[in-house]
Amino acid sequence: MYIIVVGGGRVGYYLAKALLDEGHEVLILEKNATFARTLSDELGSICVRGDGCEATTMASVGTNRADMLIAVTGDDEDNLVSCQLAKHMFGVPRTVARIRNPKNENIFKKLGIDVIVNTTNLILESIEEEVPTHTLTRLHDIRDKGLEIVEVKIPPDAPTIGRPLKELTLPEGSVLSLVIRKARRPIVPSGATILQAEDQVIAVTAHESEEALRAALSGQ
Amino acid sequence: MKVVIMGCGRVGARLASLLEQDGHTVTIIDIDSYSFRRLSPDFKGTALVGNGIDEDILRSAGIEEAGAFVALTQGDNRNVMASQIAKHIFGVPRAICRIYDPLRRDMYEELGVETVSPTTIFAQMLREKLESQGE
Repeated sequence: MYIIVVGGGRVGYYLAKALLDEGHEVLILEKNATFARTLSDELGSICVRGDGCEATTMASVGTNRADMLIAVTGDDEDNLVSCQLAKHMFGVPRTVARIRNPKNENIFKKLGIDVIVNTTNLILESIEEEVPTHTLTRLHDIRDKGLEIVEVKIPPDAPTIGRPLKELTLPEGSVLSLVIRKARRPIVPSGATILQAEDQVIAVTAHESEEALRAALSGQ
Repeated sequence: MKVVIMGCGRVGARLASLLEQDGHTVTIIDIDSYSFRRLSPDFKGTALVGNGIDEDILRSAGIEEAGAFVALTQGDNRNVMASQIAKHIFGVPRAICRIYDPLRRDMYEELGVETVSPTTIFAQMLREKLESQGE
């Protein structure tokens, strides 16, 4: 197969290497001259310096005969445009995009990208699997505001289980926004909501109150 | 009509004023609050800090009630992504987008986004200006 990889960062590099080992014809498009040179030095002359979002560059590397285009730059919007150009202008049958913002998954799907790899979620999920004891996961940073969205998992032995939320002393500036319970619809919590073991509580909190919030909810 | 503009550069800020003069309600989004200094002191619309390719930011900008969306950031790709979100996710009747690269412009025009390429327009204007001199 002829596969074009857009973006020669770490992901692009190891991906290209793996694809070469499998015997595919691989070409990497990388904007940055230094990166492009390093890639060519290490992998042989399979890297072209150029913008994978520009139609002229894509035409010059024979995108019209590519079987697949994989866009793995660090910018979601660049990956989207690369895939759309490949698909609509050059008729590439299969396009794969890496996304960093998990919210973009549905958007990319609707806009016709064949395969979407959500790296942020993959990393988060595997970390969570490996660290079953941790109770607090940072889901999202609200930049410049000092706020973040976190998930607190209520441990099975937490002393807060069975108590209504209004009895807990939450740190100032922390707001509980959602309680996710196994096999149930998510609940918007009120003061009367009673915590259960394994509940996932989604909350907004100030950076400095993160630990206090975890302690208040897990009672530990 | 309610109009959401993404990118408060010179063009974005000016467009905001012009639309407001015509009686439209304008919300302008920029990733950097410092950009809002370009808005006219009479600007009565909403200035919102955030990334326009983020669905939630667009929603808080009122994209769901908007009659038009205009993408005017420096990045072609950001502009086309935001316009497609406006058009295909939120169903905004008109999504107009600036694309510097003329080739990309042609393709997105086919994909249902209204596009303007300043590169093409400006080059043509300059040619006309030069060639009309001395006549």
